[in-house]
Amino acid sequence: MEKDKKSEIQLLLTPPPHIKAEESVRGLMSSVIIALIPTTITGIYFFGIPSIVTIFVAAVSSILFEFFYQKIVRKENTISDSSAALTGLLLGLNLPAGFPWWGTVIGSFIAIVVVKHLFGGLGFNIFNPALAARVFLLISWPLQMSTYPKPASIFSGLVPAGIKQGVDAVTAATPLTVVKTIQLSHDLSRSIETATKISWFDLLIGNRGGSIGEVSVIALLVGGIYLIYKRTITWHIPLSFILTTAFFSTIAHLVNPDTTANPVFHLLNGGLFLGAFFMATDYVTSPITKKGMVIFGIGCGFLTVVIRQHGSYPEGVSFAILLMNMTAPLIDKYLRQRKFGG
Amino acid sequence: MTFRGGIHTPEEKDRTKGLPIQTAPLPPKVVIPLSQHSGAVCEPVVNKGDVVKKGQKIGEGKGPVTSTIHSSLSGKVVDISPHPHPFGSSVLSVVIESDGKDEWTPVLKENEDYLSFDTQKLKEIVREAGIVGLGGAQFPTHVKLSPPDGNGIEYVILNGAECEPFVTSDHRLMVEKSSEIIEGLNIIIKILSAKKGFIGIEKNKPDAISTFNSQLSRPTIVGTPNSQLEVVDLNIKYPQGSEKQLIKSIVNREVPADKLPVDIGVVVNNVGTAYAVYEAVRYGKPLIERVITITGNGVKEPRNLLVRIGTSFDFLIQNCGGFAGEPEKVIMGGPMMGIAQYTLDVPVIKGTSGIVVFLKESTSPHPSLQRRGLRGDEYLPCIRCGRCIDSCPMGISPNLYGLYAERGMIEGGRDFIDEAQKWDVMDCIECGICSYVCPSNRPLVQFIKYLKSEVKKKTKNGKR
Ligand code: SF4
Ligand code: SF4
Repeated sequence: MEKDKKSEIQLLLTPPPHIKAEESVRGLMSSVIIALIPTTITGIYFFGIPSIVTIFVAAVSSILFEFFYQKIVRKENTISDSSAALTGLLLGLNLPAGFPWWGTVIGSFIAIVVVKHLFGGLGFNIFNPALAARVFLLISWPLQMSTYPKPASIFSGLVPAGIKQGVDAVTAATPLTVVKTIQLSHDLSRSIETATKISWFDLLIGNRGGSIGEVSVIALLVGGIYLIYKRTITWHIPLSFILTTAFFSTIAHLVNPDTTANPVFHLLNGGLFLGAFFMATDYVTSPITKKGMVIFGIGCGFLTVVIRQHGSYPEGVSFAILLMNMTAPLIDKYLRQRKFGG
Repeated sequence: MTFRGGIHTPEEKDRTKGLPIQTAPLPPKVVIPLSQHSGAVCEPVVNKGDVVKKGQKIGEGKGPVTSTIHSSLSGKVVDISPHPHPFGSSVLSVVIESDGKDEWTPVLKENEDYLSFDTQKLKEIVREAGIVGLGGAQFPTHVKLSPPDGNGIEYVILNGAECEPFVTSDHRLMVEKSSEIIEGLNIIIKILSAKKGFIGIEKNKPDAISTFNSQLSRPTIVGTPNSQLEVVDLNIKYPQGSEKQLIKSIVNREVPADKLPVDIGVVVNNVGTAYAVYEAVRYGKPLIERVITITGNGVKEPRNLLVRIGTSFDFLIQNCGGFAGEPEKVIMGGPMMGIAQYTLDVPVIKGTSGIVVFLKESTSPHPSLQRRGLRGDEYLPCIRCGRCIDSCPMGISPNLYGLYAERGMIEGGRDFIDEAQKWDVMDCIECGICSYVCPSNRPLVQFIKYLKSEVKKKTKNGKR
């Protein structure tokens, strides 16, 4: 009797370890999505309904592209790991409010199908999908990609309508574009000093032209610190990225005060904080060791300043990160951590 | 001082850490495997039908690295045949039915004058007593105590870290048998003529630390002066009890990759091993019993028990009130490095520190997989989050081994094996951390074991 009962017991035979940390891919992706909530909200606050449309279209089309791609190639469906949703959200936040919806859909296609899945899917892509898509759109539709609606609170009644109403009263050049225009025109009557006189307060809260998710430094900082606190990311990439940008823009400004913006302006404008905390820290496309991350961050910061100063585009964060994405495998190969006893 | 990497796991020791060691009842029979040590398997020295006494030798090995095996009760040898072994395979085992009298073999003798014994004699006693590393590695202790000539041993470290979650057998032994453990340490120091002895204990066992400290504050009468012994409280961090990491934490030396602790003048023994050494030298007792923890949410009354080698898991779990529900997993050892059992008929062996039982649904490892309705053994691609690399105590690259093993298995490419070797896969101590932390649920330790065996195969073929 006893014996029979015993032999009925089916014991699970799995290899050690028999316990497991709570963390999951979905959990990590979700915490990045949560960390993006503040900047999503400030973006919507400043850019109104069109920004909601852009973000929504980006996120939903990304998820759908992943779903249908995996259907077609008969791969296991992975939308529940939340990484496609995150890519979509990041793409939306990297676009100007009111960007044509079909352009957003093309962006999602590039991000999910071309950059992510054709390179092997989650974990194997070389470039950050959302950023690569953004740059693709920037090169293909430069006008629409640089038409930034003027920030205005949705409560103030001035709802920016973006592209539909033409490129006049409701759009604004980003501060970095203004600087670049002056630099390129060599028209020193419009001094960079006056062009960069924007209130720090406005820059911190995000009251300036720019992509939906990049404008509010405060909101991005809150999200970034949350990610570091939750140990989803570490400080290595964001800090080295931002400090390097500060360092080289200070040098540039000291050497050429007339033709370069001051370092504070450089830090608070463009996509630096969005890039440093949310784009450059993408696990798949950045180095895996701490040493490597610092090198990566320094590279991103340096390239950002170089492109901003000398490139023909006003902003260099996206290009810098994509360029450094290519170096990540090399950095990993040559910057191994020290092994125990080795 | 500590080592790089490592993780904090849930401790789960509260169930048993305050429970004094109880002696398990005499089992009706024991199944004693003839391999409970690394090295050559023992030959039986008894025959079916023989009457044996407790402590009588029943198996003996040949060669430099082996051990001896003794009967853990008095009775009759009813069978000598292969039986399930907790390591997974079947091993030739001696089955002895108890006669209920539990009589010691008369040949054992107490040694009140053991302090006057010379090194050779002490080593002989340790060898004859069948003592092996009780932390789980089961390396024959007399071999460890005979370093090759020219290797002067500076430090002897007793490992009382007990960093595996759930298990508290060493903890209780340290609290209850501290003076015996110190004597055991003295004997080991004498054998090795070492300069200093350490007892390393994780800070989560303050009672054990203070017991040793108060023992050591008393003046010694004979043996090693107490000034040469030191209790070290260690950070609570897995795998603090791993030999190389423990040495780093205590004497701040790193054992080079292809070397052994003796090469840098250190010998590490488990506290339980030191206790067994004392029992053998002082009372002539061979290693026939040990303390184990029976715990987990799957047993009704978790306990620390002094059990005979060869007692079946089934008998012991029944002795702890039986299962608390439907068991899913029964593990020999702790949950990080222990081995899941397919039957309860396996016996306790010398390296068994505990039996951990998990109920159904409690080990399902991955919340996200669970929500997706996937089984615990399904996994995702590496997302390069770096968690495994950050936590690996050996400073190597578990994520890469996962990739190489996958490619090697699927594409059959040999170069992936070479690549893994170049990336130091052979340095892995199989602590389980990388699998534990991986958010993609990747079975990295399994991948590593596969790569290691392929590397070994390759080097063997290469030599031929
Ligand atoms: S099992 Fe090996 S590779 Fe994994 S963490 Fe432990 S030592 Fe590192
Ligand atoms: S923990 Fe898992 S997902 Fe993260 S780098 Fe290691 S193998 Fe890849």
